[in-house]
Amino acid sequence: MESIRKSFPGVVALDDVDLEVRPGEVHVLLGENGAGKSTLMKVLSGSLRKDAGQIHVDGAPVEIQGPRHAQQLGIRIIYQELNLVPPLSAAANIFLGREPGRWGVLDRRAAEREAARLLGELGVTVDVTRPVRELGIAHQQMVEVAKALSEEGRILIMDEPTSALTTAEIDQLFATIERLRARGTSIIYISHRLEEVARIGDRVTVMRDGRRVTTRPARTTPIPELVRLMADREVGEHFPRRRGAPGDELLRVEHLTRGERLRDVSFVLRRGEIVGITGLLGAGRTELARAIVGAEPPASGRVVVKGRAVAVRRPKDALALGLGLVPEDRKTQGLVLGLSVERNVALPNTRRLSAWGIVRAAAESALAARWVRDMRIKTPSLAQPARLLSGGNQQKVVLGKWLAADVDVLIVDEPTRGIDVPAKVEIYDLMNRLTAEGKGIVMISSELPEVLGMSDRVLVMRGGAVVAERESTRTTQAEVLAFALGQAC
Amino acid sequence: MLTGAAAGRRARELGTLVGLVALAMLLSILTPHFLSVSNLLNVAEQTSINAVIAVGMTFVILSGGIDLSVGSLLALSGVVLAAALRAGWPTAAALAAGLAVGGLSGLVNGILITKGRLPAFIATLGMMSIARGTALVFTGGRPISGFEAGFRKLSTAALLGVPAPVVVTVLVYVLGHLLLTRTRFGRYVYAIGGNEEATRLSGVSAAFHKTMVYVLSGVASGLAAALLTARLNSAQPIAGINYELDAIAATVIGGTSLSGGVGTLHGTLVGALIMGVLRNGLNLLGTSSFFQQIVIGVVIITAVLVDSMLKPAAK
Repeated sequence: MESIRKSFPGVVALDDVDLEVRPGEVHVLLGENGAGKSTLMKVLSGSLRKDAGQIHVDGAPVEIQGPRHAQQLGIRIIYQELNLVPPLSAAANIFLGREPGRWGVLDRRAAEREAARLLGELGVTVDVTRPVRELGIAHQQMVEVAKALSEEGRILIMDEPTSALTTAEIDQLFATIERLRARGTSIIYISHRLEEVARIGDRVTVMRDGRRVTTRPARTTPIPELVRLMADREVGEHFPRRRGAPGDELLRVEHLTRGERLRDVSFVLRRGEIVGITGLLGAGRTELARAIVGAEPPASGRVVVKGRAVAVRRPKDALALGLGLVPEDRKTQGLVLGLSVERNVALPNTRRLSAWGIVRAAAESALAARWVRDMRIKTPSLAQPARLLSGGNQQKVVLGKWLAADVDVLIVDEPTRGIDVPAKVEIYDLMNRLTAEGKGIVMISSELPEVLGMSDRVLVMRGGAVVAERESTRTTQAEVLAFALGQAC
Repeated sequence: MLTGAAAGRRARELGTLVGLVALAMLLSILTPHFLSVSNLLNVAEQTSINAVIAVGMTFVILSGGIDLSVGSLLALSGVVLAAALRAGWPTAAALAAGLAVGGLSGLVNGILITKGRLPAFIATLGMMSIARGTALVFTGGRPISGFEAGFRKLSTAALLGVPAPVVVTVLVYVLGHLLLTRTRFGRYVYAIGGNEEATRLSGVSAAFHKTMVYVLSGVASGLAAALLTARLNSAQPIAGINYELDAIAATVIGGTSLSGGVGTLHGTLVGALIMGVLRNGLNLLGTSSFFQQIVIGVVIITAVLVDSMLKPAAK
């Protein structure tokens, strides 16, 4: 792949990226969340079209038309979320869409025989007649690999295949990868586990902010060096955080626990303070946010708001206590897309805007108009459906509804994801204003410069637990990333 | 200024109304009797049962759900009302009992859907069968007939020449419209149907309001039962079969989206009238009832087809 470019509205996701994969090579792709690895792989596997650049397969230039075309070229992708049909057997899954048989009558025996042979080649024995949902994750992954091989996959992309596996299962997967490599299959391996780089990889390419940083031999590049390569960033964006002395305690979270996803998390938020929370995907950040506001109440632990221990069992309780959540996905969780800007801003405020259950329409419009003006939300009218606004303006509507509700604590989950730089800066300015007014903000973000630039303190999560807490001005991106990756010395 | 989407929605509403008017004009040409005052009142009266049920159905569908139990709830409410009247209860008490049976059954639907996390389709499908069975067991399968003139006024009385069932229907639509457009409950119904999770995260008790929507639908069925029982002077345990389909049809012909969040009650009223006018007109023309079913099916499909074709244009 040469000079691949891809941009989304407001963001350049891939900027002149080169990637070369040799036959029989395990090529590891490293980078933080949002570095562009997944976008690059989606371009290669045909689910996204590139804006510019060249792709060569076996030396010949190709223009990949779509997933189907990529498959014909022998490019296979195994996503983190497996693409199997759970109630069907392993054999049926492997041959889905290409069932052996004659005149539409399935030859199930042939499919099962062939499936067993493919899986046998991978060194696993699986009952191919059992529904795949009854198999462990590792075996399901083997079924995916077998499926890819049965379709003559020559380039296999594996997106964080080990994230859900136990040590023994990882060993099994790696043995499979070795066997595939020996057969000449090329593998592009995306992982966050740095110790896997030297163990399985031949070469490693590090990506950052949509660019390729470097490609190195995998076995001889030390882990601290990889961390440095992933974290170093040019100082391009600036973060206008104005810090002040924090005031009284607003929110205290004690020992929040919910299964494996959230383990014994405690922290304190004071007036005028922004606490940043970062970590890799699946580190438990979003679970923490949802537990605090009662969207998914914690199994144990407690929340103390302004000195009072409270039970937050549902978001309604959180609102009454002055806690608001700006969720990570504004389209599916933040907004009612089909409703107008006015109705969306009014939604958490409807109780306040009504008497005897009847909404005072004039007050509702006035409230929405005030916040649209105050936040400079660009919309042709208050009646505009939220769906038709740009990402940045949509995010401002989500923020606006909580500001209109005058919450004291705002929990923002990836507040600037997918919005352009001017809108980002506006949102940062707004956060400054809120803290200057004595409110407190919990900011969850994957973007290290943003977390360190905008927060006063930063908590790093890993495996559902907080593994480090630092003053934002006294730590570095490399240190935070090392904690997030579990590589801190 | 209307935005594109709002204009599209307005065009759709107007379209249904134009359809109704065109249908009426066509029928008045084909059969002179159609436009007579007595026939129009007759249409309105016949439409009232379906129209009242469709009010509840509109709330349910707007919230993103479905209520298949309304026809059976009508039968159950009707026989309870009738039994209470026959047992000598005052008319008001008997009416309240009928409405309460509908409301309580709706409450059970709502709790099964919100607390039990059942799909609305399944919960109300079960209730459809349970309520029907209960009505049959309660009556031994026999109708309960013969009521005092006081109760029958619900069918026989008239206000300025307008039959009582029509007056009741108009009242129900006015109240329903105010509930939907002016109250917090109405706001939440649209929001829940549009995006339940976002609504819940905005501090709204989505479960409570969803439950109330089914209660409302049950009460509407109970009211329709009273109208039907008064008109027939009889309550039948097998009344209301397939009424859920008529109510759903009126709602979607009226422009309410089956996926929730979009729609109006006046649309539903026009939808119910289109179905009523169509049945009446085909009867006047002497068309067989077999053929009527085909025509109504075509109308339902056409209305929704127009919807889906208007959608990209509205974007």
